[in-house]
Amino acid sequence: MKEKIAPVEEIKQKFGYIEVDEQKAVNVPAGKLLEFMQALKDEYELDFLTNLTAVDYPEENKFEVVYNLTSTTKAYGLMVRTGVDRENPVLPSVFPIWGGANWQEREVYDLMGIVFTGHPNLKRILLDDKFEGHPLRKDFQWEGGRE
Amino acid sequence: MLRTQEYFLNFGPQHPSTHGVFQIILTLDGERIVKAEPVCGYLHRGIEKLAESRTYTQVIPYTDRMDYLAAMLQNLGYVQAVEKLMGIEVPERAEYLRIISGELSRLASHLLATGVYALDIGGFTGFLLCFRERERVMDLLEELTGSRMTLSYARIGGVADDAPEGWLDKVKKLMDDMPGYIDEYNGLITGNEIFQARTKFVGQLTPETAINYSLSGPVLRASGVNYDLRKVRPYGIYDRFDFEVPLGENGDCFDRFYCRVREMQQSVRIIQQAIEQIKEVDGPVIAKVPKVLKPPKSDVYHEIESAKGIIGYYVVSDGSNKPYRVHVRRPSFINLGYLDEMLRGYLIADVVAILGSIDIVLGEVDC
Repeated sequence: MKEKIAPVEEIKQKFGYIEVDEQKAVNVPAGKLLEFMQALKDEYELDFLTNLTAVDYPEENKFEVVYNLTSTTKAYGLMVRTGVDRENPVLPSVFPIWGGANWQEREVYDLMGIVFTGHPNLKRILLDDKFEGHPLRKDFQWEGGRE
Repeated sequence: MLRTQEYFLNFGPQHPSTHGVFQIILTLDGERIVKAEPVCGYLHRGIEKLAESRTYTQVIPYTDRMDYLAAMLQNLGYVQAVEKLMGIEVPERAEYLRIISGELSRLASHLLATGVYALDIGGFTGFLLCFRERERVMDLLEELTGSRMTLSYARIGGVADDAPEGWLDKVKKLMDDMPGYIDEYNGLITGNEIFQARTKFVGQLTPETAINYSLSGPVLRASGVNYDLRKVRPYGIYDRFDFEVPLGENGDCFDRFYCRVREMQQSVRIIQQAIEQIKEVDGPVIAKVPKVLKPPKSDVYHEIESAKGIIGYYVVSDGSNKPYRVHVRRPSFINLGYLDEMLRGYLIADVVAILGSIDIVLGEVDC
């Protein structure tokens, strides 16, 4: 299986603040997220936000938010990650760039507790509004676990 | 102009046309929809959390329970993601069995979608016809995997077992019959005047909106966007088959329905070619993989074209025998994200038509 990946080398030269790892995935600082994402959509035709999720890394005291972008015209994709502080998990919403972020950001907020500023309707989506805590965090205590 | 008072109407959660437990809180002005608030989560089981305390192989049966109408495709997305993470090569014969069972699953799902959509609009006979053929597909899948719906047929590195004696001939027989059946659906459902009146130019989506809202599958392609992962970024051995990607023109309910009908014809073509090609291929159906799977510390995202749209798996490994994190990009969930705007301005009766045309399965929406 061959992966078609967006021209990361070219993107790297243009945006000095990003890091590219050996999988050709891009790490971008949270402060530059919106600017970088907008440029990806406008200049590289990454018009389809296919996946948005988050991973909890308590040892490193951070959440990592993962964006998988693809292009419906160029048929390539790109994985973009950004770290966010675990104590104060706030990120700008990418909803203004891709409408597809709407429910996906709500899901991440619901299960991981990351707040996306600028989201039009950020509230729980899968769990009950009265539910306490965010179950996909690694330190979430639950009954019936299998540890 | 006369002003009327807006009022609320609960559609669901216990309503047959929601295809499960799903609620829409409608704000109505007379019979017109002003606003629709979808409420999901009634079937949330926390599969992503459960996966973190299971081994890589133990996660496979959980994927069945998302889109249980096309379970093989759910299995396939997950095992291919883990194979990508570990760099496992899959034997040829297994690849073909995956294609055949996967496309049979897609057929089963589209048959149900077509039949149930006819029922949603009010045509009971169409529903029964589609279920007649779906039952034949189910029987074949049961013979292959031992289970009608929760197949768990794919394994990391291949498939569970080879096809039983004579099974491929039975599949071939059904594939020979299918085009005739599909003509029957077209005569009874697609060509029906009432059906067309209820679905044409209802719930229209422009291609720009569909892309912007990350909609996928027949919902996207009905708007004329040629984006089918089997063609655009072929996974497995899809590049060996000759098939077309059916597209719609108006992006309305009718096009979404008709895209599925024509996709069934393409699935039949793929299965027929696969049956011809698999005759030449012998050998194992599962690669030599270690008993205890410990993928290297890394993460991977892999997506395939499922029956409802693009299903993607994001798997993170910390080097142990259990996944650190599994996230599923569920097409039904994301396709519902635009429901509110899609329903606005239409009548109450159109809610069922529009919701049915998206073809959701709540096990997948709620995960």
